[in-house]
Amino acid sequence: MSHEKKTPLIRLAKRDGMEGWKVWCIRAGSILFALLLGALVMALAGANPVTAYGTMISGALGKKSAIRQTVKIAVPLLGCALAIAPCFKMRFWNIGAEGQITAGAIAATYFALFWVDRLPSPVLLVVMGLAGALAGGVWALIPAFFKAKWNTNETLFTLMMNYIVIGVVRWLQGGPWEGRKGSQIIPQFDSAACLPRVLGVHCGWIIVLVLVVFMHVYMNHTKHGYEIAVIGDSINTARYAGMNVGRVMMRTMFLSGAISGLVGFIVASGANNTLYDGVAGGVGFTSITVAWLSQLNAFAMVGISGLLAVLSKGAETLQTRMAVPTSISDIITGILLFCMLGCEFFINYKLIFRGAGKKEARHE
Amino acid sequence: MSNFLSLFLALIIAAITYGTPLLFGTLGEILTEKSGNLNLGVEGIMFMGGALGLGGVFYYEKAGGASGFAAVGIGILCAFLAGALASLIFSFLTITLRANQNVTGLALSIFGTGVGQFVGEFMRVRENGYISIGNHLKGFFQNSPFPGFLQKIPVVGGVLFGNSVFFYLGLILAVGMFVFLNRTRAGLYLRSVGESPATADAAGIPVERYKYLATVIGGGVSAVGGMVYIMTIAGCVWNHEGLSGVGWLAVALVIFCMWRPLAAIWGSVLFGALMILYLRLVLPFVPTQLYKILPYVVTVIVLIVSSMRNNKEKQPPASLGLAYFREDR
Repeated sequence: MSHEKKTPLIRLAKRDGMEGWKVWCIRAGSILFALLLGALVMALAGANPVTAYGTMISGALGKKSAIRQTVKIAVPLLGCALAIAPCFKMRFWNIGAEGQITAGAIAATYFALFWVDRLPSPVLLVVMGLAGALAGGVWALIPAFFKAKWNTNETLFTLMMNYIVIGVVRWLQGGPWEGRKGSQIIPQFDSAACLPRVLGVHCGWIIVLVLVVFMHVYMNHTKHGYEIAVIGDSINTARYAGMNVGRVMMRTMFLSGAISGLVGFIVASGANNTLYDGVAGGVGFTSITVAWLSQLNAFAMVGISGLLAVLSKGAETLQTRMAVPTSISDIITGILLFCMLGCEFFINYKLIFRGAGKKEARHE
Repeated sequence: MSNFLSLFLALIIAAITYGTPLLFGTLGEILTEKSGNLNLGVEGIMFMGGALGLGGVFYYEKAGGASGFAAVGIGILCAFLAGALASLIFSFLTITLRANQNVTGLALSIFGTGVGQFVGEFMRVRENGYISIGNHLKGFFQNSPFPGFLQKIPVVGGVLFGNSVFFYLGLILAVGMFVFLNRTRAGLYLRSVGESPATADAAGIPVERYKYLATVIGGGVSAVGGMVYIMTIAGCVWNHEGLSGVGWLAVALVIFCMWRPLAAIWGSVLFGALMILYLRLVLPFVPTQLYKILPYVVTVIVLIVSSMRNNKEKQPPASLGLAYFREDR
């Protein structure tokens, strides 16, 4: 009896694995729960939650033009989540995607502004894309180099790199690349430097969908992907197996930064047609949560980035139609992320209550 | 020469004004990180602190309150509670539900900035377009708490006694935290939790309780920084433009001062100076926008140098950002 008293009320045990359908039920349930909490917030703000959600969905998916806008929001989120996935698989906490996007956008913009007369449009776009990827990759390589060499904390390093490169854009905006004197704006790209449209949206969405397949194959069916998985599980095992951990780290970060840089090119050339300091606009951070919540599964990222894009576009409509501030989308996104982060616990662990063992014994 | 001196003193005073919100943000995050929790939600926490602190004081004044002492107290209390609540979400998810700290912190950043902006905007709309505190109460937030003759002491009077009350509170807090972390048993336990939770657990220290308390109180302190920004620099008006980025700067400052509360004092004044230097000291060959990235560049250099020198005293808490589960071995 005294032993019985000492066992805590709730004990935890790791689950060995749950059936796939149960896992997805729990995840869907957590999304539903988050939307209910969001409804509560809306009610507090004085909006009828049912009409509000209706407005959001019709605003995001109701019309062709609305769907195009939503896809436009989802494209960089998805692209960047794909970029982050291999780093996180390796347990390399790259939270510098924001800066890597911006670095890529700067390089792409350089060619868009100064090489537009010298190259035909398709060649120019390819050069811009390559330059963006290279710049993003190099920007990501810097923290990876120091991590590999001196074990410098990569979370904090990549975070700082974001603000450095965003500061550089502000300088370019008000200085060397400024359009009209005093405007603080970089001029719009020539149409030759803008991504062509396919089905009404810039063709970045095709690039990103190709990347989904590429990333799935890279992570699951290549030697590189295997090395990344081993390092993520145990660096010592990887070393013992003869892998050059530092080199894999730098290689993976370069790839990750390159994809983010490519996303930067897509956003600057396809969506904004110019460069400004908000070119990343938080995408680098939001996409980290997209990648993590998708369990680093490339196909699940399509769904999650789509969901967040619907929320964000829907909130814009909500503001114009029902005068609810757009920041409600950040709140609901936040709640959604909290719930989905929390629900993983119930997938990985099971709770055992103090009395449970006794009851089973009695049944026997 | 005296002209130069007075310019320099004016710069210091302005640097202190801009550094004070950072000081609170940083002190809170130091406390959090000492427990091994890397809470990247400081940006969101400071937004919430700013909006709810302003809201608390605004409705206090609207209800007819005129006591400056109470107004400052309400501002601090509202901001602290907002930050503590936000960090409680973070703690619950990362400590109890074992979610990844980086991702949870970023989610909190998104959530917190959303809540801050929503509350700020919502109040603005509800109160017919303008939220502002009357001049009488504003003075208590922005003026020095010391009598005039002390501030009029030549040369040092302004710098020593002319700052807002929050700077002095921040000083007391920094010293208090230094004493707590380095001279008390509870502080020692907290540091051991951040360095090696498994060892601390084996020694019988309640790891989860320490992590919860440090993170929640730390978040509350950080949130006060957001309120200080809104009430002093932004002039008691909701201003999300100005507040954005302050939280990340506080995270940078934690690294810059190497997790030491006393170093946070001069560190925050230095960062405050870097934030405004471009207004005061115009060098023809350095573009003003590049000044603003200096704090981040300096932080990166500090981070690199500290990892290269591998000095045992000046390192991040060893288990920073790592979750601890007793059952995982």
